[in-house]
Amino acid sequence: MTSNPYLPAMATIQEVIEETPTIKTFRVTLNNPQIKKDFNFGPGQVGQLSAFGIGEATFVINSPPTRMDYLQFSVMKTGEVTSMLHTLSAGDQIGVRAPLGNAFPYEDMKGKDIVFVGGGIGMAPLRTLLLFMLDNRKDYGKITLLYGARSPVDMAFSYELPEWLERDDLDTHLTIDAEFEGWEHNVGLIPNVLLDINPSPENCVAVTCGPPIMIKFTVQALAKLGFKDEQIYTTLEKRMKCGIGICGRCNIGTSYVCQDGPVYTYAQLKELPNEM
Amino acid sequence: MAQTKFIKKESLSAWLEELGQAHTVLAPRFEGDSIIFRPYDSEKGVFIDREATAPPKKAIFPQSETLLEYSQIKDMENLTKIAIDVKETIPTTTYVVFGGRPCDARGFTMFDRVYLDGDQVDVYYKARRENTCFITLTCEKGETTCFCNAVGSGPSDPDGSDLLITPVTDGYYIECVSTKGEGLLASSLLTDGSSMEGEATKYKQAADASMNEAPDFTGSPEKLLAVFDNGPFWEEMSDKCISCGACTYLCPTCYCFNITDEANGLKGTRIRSWDNCMSSMFTSEASGHNPRPAKANRLKNRVGHKFSYYPDIHGGVISCCGCGRCIKSCPVGVDIREMVKSAIAFVDPTAKEVPAEEPKAAPTEKPAPKETSVKAENTSAKAKKNKKSKKPASKKKGAK
Repeated sequence: MTSNPYLPAMATIQEVIEETPTIKTFRVTLNNPQIKKDFNFGPGQVGQLSAFGIGEATFVINSPPTRMDYLQFSVMKTGEVTSMLHTLSAGDQIGVRAPLGNAFPYEDMKGKDIVFVGGGIGMAPLRTLLLFMLDNRKDYGKITLLYGARSPVDMAFSYELPEWLERDDLDTHLTIDAEFEGWEHNVGLIPNVLLDINPSPENCVAVTCGPPIMIKFTVQALAKLGFKDEQIYTTLEKRMKCGIGICGRCNIGTSYVCQDGPVYTYAQLKELPNEM
Repeated sequence: MAQTKFIKKESLSAWLEELGQAHTVLAPRFEGDSIIFRPYDSEKGVFIDREATAPPKKAIFPQSETLLEYSQIKDMENLTKIAIDVKETIPTTTYVVFGGRPCDARGFTMFDRVYLDGDQVDVYYKARRENTCFITLTCEKGETTCFCNAVGSGPSDPDGSDLLITPVTDGYYIECVSTKGEGLLASSLLTDGSSMEGEATKYKQAADASMNEAPDFTGSPEKLLAVFDNGPFWEEMSDKCISCGACTYLCPTCYCFNITDEANGLKGTRIRSWDNCMSSMFTSEASGHNPRPAKANRLKNRVGHKFSYYPDIHGGVISCCGCGRCIKSCPVGVDIREMVKSAIAFVDPTAKEVPAEEPKAAPTEKPAPKETSVKAENTSAKAKKNKKSKKPASKKKGAK
């Protein structure tokens, strides 16, 4: 970040990937060589992307810090800023304020088994940690991934899934909500599939992200499997503006999600006022 | 011993003119029925006999300010290729705010902890803060809505000011509070003030004595958390509220803002504007989810922020300066003092009847807050704080 926390660093879009009908992924590189060289982040940290003339919105950096050729952001078209971002293509300029917020405690997770449970665009923040762990594979135990979407069409990162399914050191499970012609994987809601996979909570942490309703039932399923609140990590969405804990809208009680989050354990969330 | 001066009442306008040569002087004057801080105009004079309708917050935190200017530059060889030039616009104007009250100046100390003392310094606020001097007037007496004495302040509190002036016979006794204030004392219109100290002290004591009995806010951080989940309590508190946001715009300590872009062809600005936590849009998320959908949720956060969360984060300091403007200007008579006092006095009637059975009453929901839960909430808040201080250290290092 520059000394002015509101001043974006300019970046160039290298590649745009159409993930789903509503999600595009942008691979960007920072223009200033010094800023690019100094740029460092932890998996789970977020950034604000600028669509000049429209505004900013917050997205997780979903590429891992082990692969610094570009920074990757996946953007679901929902409002004005995201609609404008969806019009951009390779070579276009974009503003980036990053990294913001905290990261997954990847150091504390070393030596443990990891269960990733991602739903829809909620896979983006898991991807950065998953790839970071795969790039530091020997530091972590058994890694299980359960990734679900409404249908195969809604599944982001589909081009990576064959490799993830093939890897011996990653136990990948895919699921969709309803039967779909040609689909060879699970059909069923994420929490139910998770119960079928039946991961052991022994020396394990679960990392989940997705729509609020999915997180709610996934946490219940994890509890049923014996996971304690402090073994469950998630990352929150909030409306954010400044990204540095000042503008005052993303707080849950004393905790500012843009700065103290977005990564929390379920145990931490339970301590905060009930205002998700 | 801090420097003291005296200025004759009839020299005041000449002094403000002098200060106006190097700075923009903001002083309160009547506009319609309101007393508003405006650039000083000798013909229009100043009105300092009452607290101004709106605080001088704009001097340091304008209602709307430009953060960045951008321009898109088309490549004439390839018109689809557009470079973007972004410039920061750090403010340079210097201000003297004359005739604010101690509560107004204290409001900015609430900003300071958030805008200057956090992990990231807000460079725009910092520039304005450094470029602004406050010449604060000791209050003659408290109004019925004043409660600065309940939040650790008082009618002659110099906290946040650069000079404090106190009415004495034929003029004002001037105390220098900061090194910035010293720079305003060079005028030949000012004479030595030491002989006026006794009279000024008496004036201040009379002002202190005129204050209403201070409402007792002891325990507000824990008690507000304890009633957090009590829907009926907050519905009752917010029943009258119409979410108009007058309280936020007139509050010297309300510092929340929005950031938006304004495009004008290939150029544009990114501006920051006061925002209003009483608006439903304040927290509305892209997904359509809103964590504070009802006015009860929003009022709870407004009161909670000032009397619970902020003190919890900032060493017990209540983020309210007791100016009473939110009470005076509320069109429907919502009184923040009463809300906090109600939370402190609240005893859950069901908890009283069957305290042991209480948790079983609502197994799916969080248990309703009750007297006995106060201690537990308190310790959890502390545990949280400890964690807070550890967390950024371990995570942000790698991220720097």
